[in-house]
Amino acid sequence: MYAAPFEYYRATTLAEAHQLLKAHPDAKLLAGGHSLIPLMKLRLAQPDTVVDIGRISELKGITVQRDGLLRIGALTTHAEIAASADVQRGAPALAEAAGLVGDPTVRNRGTIGGNVAHADPASDLPTVLLISGARFVTAGPAGERTIPVDDFFKGLMTTALRDDEVLTAVVVEPIARGEGSAYEKWAHPASRYAVVGAAATVAVRDGVCASARVAVGGLTPRCTRAKAVEAALAGKPLTTESIAAASAAITGDIGGDLLGDIYASAAFRGSMAPVYVARAIAAAAGRARA
Amino acid sequence: MTTTPATTTGRMFGSGIRRREDPRLITGTARYTDDITLPGMVHAAMLRSPHAHAKIRAIDTSAAAKAPGVLAVYTNADIEGHLKAMPCLWLVPGADLKIGTYWPLAKDEVRYVGDPVAVVVAETTYQAHDAVAMIDVTYDPLPSTTDPQKATASGAPLVHSEIAGNQAFHWTVKGGDVDAAFKNAEVVIKDRIIQQRLIPTAIETRAALAQYIPATGELTLWNTTQNPHIVRFASSVVTGIPEDKLRVIAPEVGGGFGSKIAQYPADVVTIFCSKMLGRPVKWTETRRENYQATTHGRDHVQEVELAATRDGRITGIRCKVWAGMGAYLSTAAPGIPTILHGLMLSGPYKVPAVHEDVYGIYTNTTPVEAYRGAGRPEATFMLERLIDKLAHELNLDPVEVRRRNLLAPFEDGCEVITGLKYDSGNYQAALDKALDHVKYDSLRAEQARLRQQKKYLGIGVATYVEICGLGPSQVAGAVGFQGGLWESAIVRFHPSGKVNVFIGASPHGQGEETTFAQVVSDELGVSPDDVKVVHGDTDQTPMGWGTYGSRTTAVGGAALAVATRKIKDKAKLLAAHLLEAAPEDIDYGDGKFFVKGSPDRFKTIQDIALMANVAWNMPAGMEAGLEATSFYDPPNFSYPFGAHCAIVEVDAETGRVTLKRYVAVDDCGPQINPVIVEGQVHGGVVQGIGQALWEECVYDDNGQLVTGSLVDYAVPRADALPDIEVLSTVTRSPHHPLGVKGIGEAGTIASTAAVYNAVVDALQPFGVKSIRMPMTPERVWRAIHSDAKEG
Repeated sequence: MYAAPFEYYRATTLAEAHQLLKAHPDAKLLAGGHSLIPLMKLRLAQPDTVVDIGRISELKGITVQRDGLLRIGALTTHAEIAASADVQRGAPALAEAAGLVGDPTVRNRGTIGGNVAHADPASDLPTVLLISGARFVTAGPAGERTIPVDDFFKGLMTTALRDDEVLTAVVVEPIARGEGSAYEKWAHPASRYAVVGAAATVAVRDGVCASARVAVGGLTPRCTRAKAVEAALAGKPLTTESIAAASAAITGDIGGDLLGDIYASAAFRGSMAPVYVARAIAAAAGRARA
Repeated sequence: MTTTPATTTGRMFGSGIRRREDPRLITGTARYTDDITLPGMVHAAMLRSPHAHAKIRAIDTSAAAKAPGVLAVYTNADIEGHLKAMPCLWLVPGADLKIGTYWPLAKDEVRYVGDPVAVVVAETTYQAHDAVAMIDVTYDPLPSTTDPQKATASGAPLVHSEIAGNQAFHWTVKGGDVDAAFKNAEVVIKDRIIQQRLIPTAIETRAALAQYIPATGELTLWNTTQNPHIVRFASSVVTGIPEDKLRVIAPEVGGGFGSKIAQYPADVVTIFCSKMLGRPVKWTETRRENYQATTHGRDHVQEVELAATRDGRITGIRCKVWAGMGAYLSTAAPGIPTILHGLMLSGPYKVPAVHEDVYGIYTNTTPVEAYRGAGRPEATFMLERLIDKLAHELNLDPVEVRRRNLLAPFEDGCEVITGLKYDSGNYQAALDKALDHVKYDSLRAEQARLRQQKKYLGIGVATYVEICGLGPSQVAGAVGFQGGLWESAIVRFHPSGKVNVFIGASPHGQGEETTFAQVVSDELGVSPDDVKVVHGDTDQTPMGWGTYGSRTTAVGGAALAVATRKIKDKAKLLAAHLLEAAPEDIDYGDGKFFVKGSPDRFKTIQDIALMANVAWNMPAGMEAGLEATSFYDPPNFSYPFGAHCAIVEVDAETGRVTLKRYVAVDDCGPQINPVIVEGQVHGGVVQGIGQALWEECVYDDNGQLVTGSLVDYAVPRADALPDIEVLSTVTRSPHHPLGVKGIGEAGTIASTAAVYNAVVDALQPFGVKSIRMPMTPERVWRAIHSDAKEG
């Protein structure tokens, strides 16, 4: 598996990345290389130019901002996210999901920015970011822009990022007191992508669900926020029965356009959606109470 | 002369010393074929068919030939007259074998996705691959067929137009009166089993590096092979380069599992390229090519029936097997589903009558060859399924049904209904050990308790016997193997007392560099650190037939034992001479040859090696040197056996199977190195579990390989496996000089059935009888939730 010929440039600062993107408007950005390089080696992607942003230090690292939000630099690896005490405390579902991406090699090289910019519908992080109040910070020639998560994922491998923009950070809201979050994943045994991934943030007050954010991935061409499930859950006691009843609404949230393959048919994935959603909600609720 | 102190090593046979292979393997310093770079070396890349079946109308190589760095582009038109068709080397007799011509580069027609069509040689690998993309082939697609049973239907597309019904062969094994058994049967159990096609997936993909020296006419081939001597023989036949001028080197080989036995088109094409260009040419396949063009395994459709009494005693087995061969007959392919499968039909059980028809069927798919276990897992699985089904039918415990049918213990030969004579066995003891270890009765109680809580624990047992240590050459000839199956060893003492062992077999991960040094140490009292085992180079090692079929220790180890004993005999004579004693008065013990009754009068093997090499004072008529060669042709195969137990939990809501425990009891005779035995069992068990739960090679209706990469084809991962508990019993082989049997494949042979039986056992409350492998969550869930239970 040998990539077609391409020009390679390495940017060491964000400004340099912008200059290179201006000079090569069709260039692809390379971060950890765990999405782009496999596609290039299969010659499914044949960019003329690759701009490597993997060594721009200002895009790395996790910080807690003064406003309490968690800022995760775009080049932060999955392994760093999974191991971060700040993320484990503030966004447990995100730490959990990052620890379930691929395998150790992928987690040591792959980055959150590359992952979300690739927007694979079976990827773990986009699903979790949907329930984490995430926003995406980009830098373009016209300056910085912040995109709320609900506007970011547009479709199969498509995002709101513009060609001349570089994703610089993902910012997430930490869970509040009385909230819990969790991610439940059925991984494909070969690719390790989610066949079904379900994420939930649940706020519990007096044993009742005060509010919930629920999302699924792997089922549809883009990860999906489960608004019907959230509505059905709000104000309900968090019993096994009421969680199951609310989770059944996922069928309406995901609609009829389900993904399927030789490993798991679309119909079966559809049948499994309420099961994994219920498990994610129950786990999140359990953490909220704990 | 000075007397060196005797090395006191303790007993090395049976010691779990560390593998000497590992430091170089785990530090990345081992050298594989692709690591070798020669001056002036250029690179080959293959153009492969994108169609499962098509006529080649035209090939335009002009653009590729002009591409940067390209030295040559060759197609079938260029190789004709230079390369012969690929030979099939297992011509199973009495089976109406029909061999479709297997060109190294396709002639006029392509027959599977991956069939090589052209080769480009260029200065760099990238240039070669870029130029491959510029070759313009005009194909007329033809209808294709991929399922070995459907391919026999009338009107099915023909893979080779001259071979009717796509039937490569029809082979039969019969014993006893099977028709009477079924006529009089109190119970008949039936099953239809899909032994899905598997992709062996060695970590190292295949590679060849050929260096032709025009001035001498000599060619060296570095090759990813399990059997360099067979590659030399077959390459000589195909390329016309005489065997004495052909040197084949298997450097470090990164896993084979049967997929590096065959003689491959790309390897002889690489030789051809080097010969034409007068430069070293390297070809290394990509993973995608590896999946398309390196041999696959299994691919049986099995229709099986078992006749029994109401008290659970087997009275007959009858079956038909359609074995997919792929588009061409690979080197050893016809022997796998016949000799290595059909003859093991009765397994470890008393079976008075058998009849099996095996149909070898061409399909428009990658050629099928040996894959770890090679025929025996497919036989074991059939039997172990039938036994569990019989138990469920009769409402008996599956273990009890096994007990009622196992052969009684035997130490020196037991003839079975298929005509084989098993060497030694104690099947009940292995089963008892496994059941005691897992506390079978309390497990059953726990299972019942958990079912009340809607938790589904499953307990699966498989007892097995397998045939390995291939094998007596006379039998090899009688069953159509176009070679011998003996092995060879040279033991050479240097003046300093250090030893080189040269073997014809070609280990590639099995650890014989360590275990064979242990054998020499144990027999002759040298430290294992003073013994280097050399293998994998036809110019350095004596002829041998290679490493497959769990035969390296079972046959090559016997050759080694005989050679060391020849050394010992000569050493005794020389010691007697030096000690001025009669040979019959010399005893050997702990590295010393001493005069009986006078243990202080001794010579060490090192003393003797020095004298034999300088030859200052030799007995009259004794040749100089301390070296012995053995060509060992085994009198029988060896028959390892055992009992495995898998414990699973099935999540009925999602269909997911979790393997909770795995216990393997294997009997390979005395163990030279128990740690290496354990490692072999681990690897084998895991590959068998892979077939049960994850692995399946899938072609779509157009013959496209859907599982064409590691993103689609699920090989087992460590995080999905429990600790594998490895136990053993020890039953000597009566005919092996060391009493040992083979252990390379045992794990794979038993584990698929054990895990499968466990999953079906877990789902008894739902009335589940069969689930197609691999048992994915969807298949398990549908089996639970479907009203119509399969088979």
